[in-house]
Amino acid sequence: MEGVVPASPTSLPRALERRRPARRLRNRTLIFAGLAYLTGIFFLLPYIEMIISALRPQNQLLDRDYLPRRFAWHNFIDIWSTGFGNNLRISLEVAAGATILVLLVAVPAAYYTARQRFPGRNLFLLLVLVTQMFQPTAMLVGIYREFLSFDLLDSVFALILVNAGFNMAFAVWILSAYVSAIPAELEEAAFIDGTSRIGAMLRITLPLALPGIVTALIFTFISAWNEFIVALTLTTAPQTEPLTVTLNSYIGEYRVDWSHLFAGSVIAIIPVIILFALIEGKVVSGLTAGAIK
Amino acid sequence: MGVVAAENAAGRMRRRICPPARLAPLLWVGPAILLIMLVVVWPVIIMIRTAFQHISPDGFILGWAGFRNFTYLWQEPDLPGILIRTVIWVVSIVACTMLISLVLAQLFNQRFPGRRVARWALIAPWAASVMMTALVFRWALDANNGVINIFLHDLGLLKHFNTNASDWLGSPSSAFAWMIVVAIFVSIPFSTYALLAGLQSIPSDVYEAAKVDGAGHWRTYRAITLPMLRPAFIVALLINVINVFNSFPIIWEMTRGGPGHRTSTTTTFMYQLKQSYIGESAAMSVINFGMVVLIVLLYLRVTLWGQEEAR
Repeated sequence: MEGVVPASPTSLPRALERRRPARRLRNRTLIFAGLAYLTGIFFLLPYIEMIISALRPQNQLLDRDYLPRRFAWHNFIDIWSTGFGNNLRISLEVAAGATILVLLVAVPAAYYTARQRFPGRNLFLLLVLVTQMFQPTAMLVGIYREFLSFDLLDSVFALILVNAGFNMAFAVWILSAYVSAIPAELEEAAFIDGTSRIGAMLRITLPLALPGIVTALIFTFISAWNEFIVALTLTTAPQTEPLTVTLNSYIGEYRVDWSHLFAGSVIAIIPVIILFALIEGKVVSGLTAGAIK
Repeated sequence: MGVVAAENAAGRMRRRICPPARLAPLLWVGPAILLIMLVVVWPVIIMIRTAFQHISPDGFILGWAGFRNFTYLWQEPDLPGILIRTVIWVVSIVACTMLISLVLAQLFNQRFPGRRVARWALIAPWAASVMMTALVFRWALDANNGVINIFLHDLGLLKHFNTNASDWLGSPSSAFAWMIVVAIFVSIPFSTYALLAGLQSIPSDVYEAAKVDGAGHWRTYRAITLPMLRPAFIVALLINVINVFNSFPIIWEMTRGGPGHRTSTTTTFMYQLKQSYIGESAAMSVINFGMVVLIVLLYLRVTLWGQEEAR
């Protein structure tokens, strides 16, 4: 069968390669696709259950069924009367503040380390790599006592600082990778025109590194938004807590307010998943950059 | 031309001289260093100092304690169990996560229509707050109406609701097992993505060569894929070890470490101690931190070694 019609010496192997796996591939592709879809759905199940539970009417909350007989939206409306809006605003402030601080601090550092060799450069990169591996959990007692001594408990500023500090490393890796990939010659042309280094960075390199900046921005925002243990430790009053701590407080000693807990969780999670999907392909390189680069 | 070059050279001189050249790098990386000092380095110093201080439950420093915080910690009757549980926690979660992720990475690396969408579904547990994910599992394991129990009942594996058999979080051993499952669940997405990135970095001509040599699928996987995946695998493994060791929200939201401390790891135990015995909590933190430093040193060794090899 093979090689019956030798059209030309170059097209023959290619034609065979394309033809032979085609039939077998179709079955295999179907199996792989099916397995992958099932896996995907499996990983979504907890969040589907979260949405279903948030939509259960109060009197059907404890029913033993997969779906309630009707969906009720009131949990998503009632929750705003519990002060949830204020906590949402605090979460937004913390996440946005941390994101801005990270950009202000990481952009010049990443740009400079990518463009210049200077004494202490490797030491600086090592310091960044080490901070990335550390998590606030491991030094929680120190963080607590530090901000206690600064009289910065219950302060949005303290949460911004901690979140920025522990997420800066990711931004430095992503940004320096992007800057390194942009030819320095582009800037040199601007230097000849008398532009300063800062001007060249702002007007030439950063616009080209925009995808990296967006990735760093979204990543920082999400991790500050999701941060729990530092916020739990550094806040003491319901009016100063971000969202994660508020949701945690719906768990009482004897009763858990599941309806509002899940309505709040859905509100907190959905935007985050959408944002994450936008940068999904680039996150791994930022998390493992120090190593795999 | 000559004039332009001269001007250019002068401009460069000015740029070089204007800010003291040796301090220029500080201008660019200084803020980053400052932030790290303030948020990472200084807390570590305070934490170590606190471990040697005698502090009352309401926060007054009563003087130095020497190693007393460490001896108190050592005498905690629950500590041996907590240490053993921490080892089980880290080893079982990381091992299962890496094994399952190897399989999933292989699956999601195949070509099929809708691959992107399927991969997107996988990121949900990674993007969502772990604390909220843990809470859904707690709800789904409810002894009376948890959806996992309903499912097990439908399968015929669970006879009655509201019994010891359906109260998974009521007994320490089944609660801990379920928390391990949740931790694996939330660790898989990152690990799978890290391994996927590793798979994609393997050049395709290596596989073509293997095909020419007549190597089968399994043989190709063992002889080519696994060895070439090693760097990505080790990095993902060590990042997982650190994350899982520091994991707090899962245990906190599902059992609060209880009953007693019988589902605690060293991380949640440190948090529980912090409420009333901050010195002892700092001592526990110092030990935890020492563990993290060890893992980071290992990480640096592996990764820097990897870079040298690449050069």
